[in-house]
Amino acid sequence: MTLALIFIAVLMLGSAALAMLLRNLIYSALLLIVSWAGVAAFYLWAGAEFVAFAQVLVYVGAISMVVLFAVLLTRQNHSAELPVEPATKARAATAILSAACLGAILAAAILSTSFHHTAAEAPATSVRQIGLELMHRQGAALLIVGVILTVALLGATILAATDPKRKPEDAP
Amino acid sequence: MTTAPDSFLERAPLELRDWAVQLLPGPLQWLAHHLITVVAILAVFGLFFAFTTIAERKLLARLQNRLGPNRTGLPKFSILPWHLKHTLFGLSQPFADAVKALTKEDIVPAAADHFLHFLAPVIVVAFSLMTFAVLPFGREYLPVDLDAALLYFFAAGAATELAIFMAGWSSRNKYSLLAAMRALAQLISYELPLILSVVPVVLVTGTLSTKAIVLSQGYWIFGFLPHWFVFTPWGFAGFIIFLIAALAESNRSPFDLPEAESELVAGHLTEYSGFKYALFFMAEYFGLTALSGLGVTLFLGGWQAPFPFLEFIPSYLWFMMKLIGMIMFFIWVRGTLLRLRIDQLTRLAWQFLVPLALLNVGNAAFWVLTTHWAGPLQLVRWGVSLVIVILPFFFLGRSLSAGYAPRTYRYAP
Amino acid sequence: MLGSGIINGLIVTAKNFVGSYHDPKRMVTVEYPEQRTVLPENYRNFPFLISENATDPMGTLRCVACQICEKECPPQCIIIEKSKDKKPDASGKPQLYPAVFGIDTSVCMSCQICVEVCPFDAIKMDQVFEIAATDRFHDLFLTREKLAKPNSYYHQIHPTEAAEVDGRLNTERKAAEEKAKAAAAAKAAAAAAKSVPVAGVADPGPASPRPATPIQPASAPAAPATSPVPKPQDEPRSSPAGEGGPANPAS
Repeated sequence: MTLALIFIAVLMLGSAALAMLLRNLIYSALLLIVSWAGVAAFYLWAGAEFVAFAQVLVYVGAISMVVLFAVLLTRQNHSAELPVEPATKARAATAILSAACLGAILAAAILSTSFHHTAAEAPATSVRQIGLELMHRQGAALLIVGVILTVALLGATILAATDPKRKPEDAP
Repeated sequence: MTTAPDSFLERAPLELRDWAVQLLPGPLQWLAHHLITVVAILAVFGLFFAFTTIAERKLLARLQNRLGPNRTGLPKFSILPWHLKHTLFGLSQPFADAVKALTKEDIVPAAADHFLHFLAPVIVVAFSLMTFAVLPFGREYLPVDLDAALLYFFAAGAATELAIFMAGWSSRNKYSLLAAMRALAQLISYELPLILSVVPVVLVTGTLSTKAIVLSQGYWIFGFLPHWFVFTPWGFAGFIIFLIAALAESNRSPFDLPEAESELVAGHLTEYSGFKYALFFMAEYFGLTALSGLGVTLFLGGWQAPFPFLEFIPSYLWFMMKLIGMIMFFIWVRGTLLRLRIDQLTRLAWQFLVPLALLNVGNAAFWVLTTHWAGPLQLVRWGVSLVIVILPFFFLGRSLSAGYAPRTYRYAP
Repeated sequence: MLGSGIINGLIVTAKNFVGSYHDPKRMVTVEYPEQRTVLPENYRNFPFLISENATDPMGTLRCVACQICEKECPPQCIIIEKSKDKKPDASGKPQLYPAVFGIDTSVCMSCQICVEVCPFDAIKMDQVFEIAATDRFHDLFLTREKLAKPNSYYHQIHPTEAAEVDGRLNTERKAAEEKAKAAAAAKAAAAAAKSVPVAGVADPGPASPRPATPIQPASAPAAPATSPVPKPQDEPRSSPAGEGGPANPAS
């Protein structure tokens, strides 16, 4: 089990690191997707299959498409061949500073969490239980998220439906 | 739920597997059990794919008043003293095609991204095969009984379009790249109505498990009418939306824009040849079969027999028959309809299918809330549900086609 | 209603599907190597040489190796070598014959100009279309042995046209025979009368062209003696009679 965790972690972090290092944006995007799939694998390893499938569906299935679309539509002037700008002292200082800030926040978050060192039983949650939990205790949050998403969906539909000029050949 | 008829035919494949498993030593039995399942799925659906291709070619030909492939017979074996003259109606065509695909030269463009170019067909076949894991092929024939089976199905299916993008981008070909862009746009447009059309079923059955969904369609109305979801107003609307979205998801005509021959040569397949091409072809049919199987499971009662007196036929045969029916319908549609333009495609999704699917979710919610209505109220329930389906369709259709009165053809008779 | 067009289309293709199994009118496919359609009489490609007699095709070729077709052929696909000796033709006159007659069908474009210019009705258009071969230099070059086909075959493939040609040839031969007979009679009479004969009628040689019969179309070349006939540029080619066939207005 631990071996699998190490493998998943290496896959996740390795692909994420590579995604940052590579100059080819498409490779970076694809590696980012691999990293997301690694997150899903981690959820699966942890026994949360519902979350894992949702992660794959949303990130690998949908958000990856948006990322790839953005990359394909914005990649203009051969960015792959552009020389790397010389690192200045100011840039290095900013990078170190922001990395330190992030590290501090993460460290604070990790240190403030109290870990139980007992071997925890993996809770056998079924989808039904998750649903009931969402509907009862987290009902308000679910409702808000649902309303926001539905409004977004309706907004997209209305944006698509309001078409100023129509030609006969545009008929669906 | 009816009592499960435990006939010999129903049990035969399982008995065969158990017999084969118990021949092996203990520790290997677990592995063998699963391997046999996997191999059985690969063999059955591999053959099914082979015969789908020939059925498609023959059916398309008949739909266009042609004969279709009818030449390929048995190979002339030198050990046989005579040659079988009969061509078997060309039924061995897929095997000839397979031999051809395997022996063809595999050409990779010099400028292509070799790694992604190689990876794309592998990914596309792997993910399209993964979806078969959660389809209940029969009463006892569910490879993996997942709690979140539906979610798994869509998650596995979502990765195939990513592979199409990889294929298109790595080929370094303008047509391929355009096809990849189209594939992405199509996926974004149709993933939503596809999932929204499935939500009503989940809402009514209260489960994501395919097994439970099939079982909930298992009893008879008045003792003989099947209680399949397609025979309810919301189920029918959901089924139609599912059909359209499934056509688009599996890149089939009339939504075959990523490989539109007249515009993009062969789309993302342009730079593929030999067995890699065959893999894409295979994945397309696997995807189609899996989506058809999901449609059968969700709306057409899965492996349930349509009438009580027909239950003596094994459940897996019922599933296959319904699956074949669905695929025949897809072929029929392919032989009839013209390809859409990309803007028509996205418009159909966002202006028509998504609103209808959203309304259908509300319809299913109404259906769930009125489960306890009986007697004349049952009629009211059906009426209201029908109105929720028909009125939006009618008005949306009218507003969408407003101003598009019958097109006048100036140069055609 | 939205979608009714789709349903109508599905009905049309369903009718096709069902109809293709029982309605032969829908099914236009001919399974070619086993089934064949009857070729229309006017179908023609690659030329062939007519021989009078099927048993001795090389001996009875109508061709007299005048080489007009060789010179007229636009893609230059005909090769003719004249013979050194002469052989009697169908009417018994001694004539040259082609020692070599070859048509390269990989070059031939089936324009049938050779047929139109032939003054002896010796070359006609064939109806073969299965001349695929494995060696394009050897197998597609048709020698006179392969080209020679009996007149009966010509009657078989183009009956109307062949009947017309035969009729014309027969009248020509009869006229020539009568002329010869008349000349002989005149000679005999002259010899008998010991008077001086009228000059120029004694020789019914090959130089005597076909008589100007009314069915002879205006476009047919009338002077075979002038071998490099300049191509008449404004010649109307729309008439099917251009090749010497029946001037049938219906066709």
